[in-house]
Amino acid sequence: MSSAELTPEAARRPFSGRRVRFGDLVLQVVAGAAAAGATALVGLITWKVVEGARPALSEYGLAFVTRIAWNPVTDHELYGAGSFLIGTAITSLLALLLAAPLAIGIALYLTELAPRFLRGPVTALVETLAAVPSVVIGLWGILVLGPLLRDHVEPALHSALGFIPLFGAPSQSGSSIFTAIVVLAIMILPIVSSISRELFLGVPPELKEGALALGTTRWEMVRGVMFPYARGGVAAALILGLGRAIGEAIAVTQVIGGGVFIHWNLFSGGDTLASKIAASYQGATSKLQVGSLIYLALILLVFSLVMNFAAQRIVRRVGRSLGQGARA
Amino acid sequence: MSSHGITRADLQLVHLPRRRRVNRLMEGLATLAAAIAVAILVIVVWSVAKRGAGALNLDLITKGPVPFAFGPVKQGLANAFAGSFVLVGLATLMALPVGILVAVYLIEFAPPAIRTAVSLVLDVLNGVPAIVIGIFVFGLIVVGRGQSGWAGAFALACLMLPLVARATMEVLVLVPNSLREASLALGVPRWRTTLSIVLPQTIGGVLTGTVLAVARVAGETAPLLFTSSIVGTQTSWSPFHALQSIPVAIFELSESPDPQDHARAWAAALVLLLFILFTSLAARWLATRSRRKLAASR
Repeated sequence: MSSAELTPEAARRPFSGRRVRFGDLVLQVVAGAAAAGATALVGLITWKVVEGARPALSEYGLAFVTRIAWNPVTDHELYGAGSFLIGTAITSLLALLLAAPLAIGIALYLTELAPRFLRGPVTALVETLAAVPSVVIGLWGILVLGPLLRDHVEPALHSALGFIPLFGAPSQSGSSIFTAIVVLAIMILPIVSSISRELFLGVPPELKEGALALGTTRWEMVRGVMFPYARGGVAAALILGLGRAIGEAIAVTQVIGGGVFIHWNLFSGGDTLASKIAASYQGATSKLQVGSLIYLALILLVFSLVMNFAAQRIVRRVGRSLGQGARA
Repeated sequence: MSSHGITRADLQLVHLPRRRRVNRLMEGLATLAAAIAVAILVIVVWSVAKRGAGALNLDLITKGPVPFAFGPVKQGLANAFAGSFVLVGLATLMALPVGILVAVYLIEFAPPAIRTAVSLVLDVLNGVPAIVIGIFVFGLIVVGRGQSGWAGAFALACLMLPLVARATMEVLVLVPNSLREASLALGVPRWRTTLSIVLPQTIGGVLTGTVLAVARVAGETAPLLFTSSIVGTQTSWSPFHALQSIPVAIFELSESPDPQDHARAWAAALVLLLFILFTSLAARWLATRSRRKLAASR
């Protein structure tokens, strides 16, 4: 994943003292311009998003971030990101909670338990799940999963745990925050599991064999040797999965049902930052509303930048101490 | 390690039955987790196949939708298939050369510090949510000029760029240095060494990365919503106005209350899924082949 150690520097510039050839210069400049352009793209994205959000930024300032309101009625316009922040936090964190143990279980199965002839095919299947487009998962979520959850899972959870406000009355349509959580969990499962699998593969066999030779059971070896060894990398994988869940727009828009979030019932509708933007792609008319939508995108962008830098830092730090391990 | 470490008490034989039970439980749970993941994939693919196959016919691909039609005469999504082809094709044409050049610069020319920094930027770009890319291109191109196929293709290209660059970097470092040295020793200038000795070695890997990137963006909806989604029912191949695409069509049809629309959405989803599964398999096959070849030349 990290590339700091990608090449040996030898032979890279073998004749550094000789004259510069015109062709070398051209290729270096053109390729360098491409690299500079790719770097500048991230800056340009940030700049354009900030610029687009300016009407809302100058009107509301930072108060926008926490205000729970989305009223596009002319002369009564008032916008805020509060409810979408709550929606994003609830859906993505609960999806991660649902997906993390499953993903780590899958990675353990694939590295430690599966018979050799099953490892390749099952790994390929799990990775195929990552390739299914979000709009297809969303279509399945709205037409198959949603009704299933509404008819069977939500009533059961409501009758068993209804005293907790999160498990309120089941939804009417099948579109709910709960459906969005399940859909997001499905989408981040393969990401977290495939990174975790690589990390577990990188645990040196002599450490594992040493533990087993001491008489540990396989689980004790996993808990005592593999988890501590791969801890940092798994944390990074979880952050990347969370980032994916926060940024997912389409599938969530299809299943979450919409609405400004002022309740604690997982079984009714809501919106996340990303789903609010996607759901409004045809409706936004006033300058302030468009600006407010782009302000939501700006918040999303800040989240994704922070989480990616955090995850990359962890990966790089872990990668350095593991050497080649994390990339096996 | 202290909190997770194996203590002496753990290893005492008196606890053996309980330890075995815990071990078996955990092994069972891990196996169950893998079974769940495979089951989810099977259920999703089966749902799409079952519902999509019924609605799948040649009209879906060859005929456009009928405007304002109610009942059974809604016909096909030819406009979406044509649009997706143009959008993904143009995006590939934009992202592929730039991605390869970025990789060439980083591996063949850049000092290590710049390589690390730009690699990090590529990872960050890869992590920017697709919907934010859509908003960015909306602000950059669409505002003032309106939606167009170019805008949509550029948004998709932004998503492809880090994928292509990363894939190319990964194969470039596998090219043995002895090849570069041999070429340089024969007096071939560096730029020709790079272009005609080093790059041809990486074709397999670059192709794999490109195919995977195409599979990824062919299913992307979010970047197109704000850049190329407000369209008519005419089939068009021109990127100078907004083009319909398969993912956007599925997205719109899935929100419709009409079961006829759902049937077309399932059929389009089936075609999209088959395309993606096929290209992923092709990429996997290409990857093993090119890796074997590079390993042999080492």
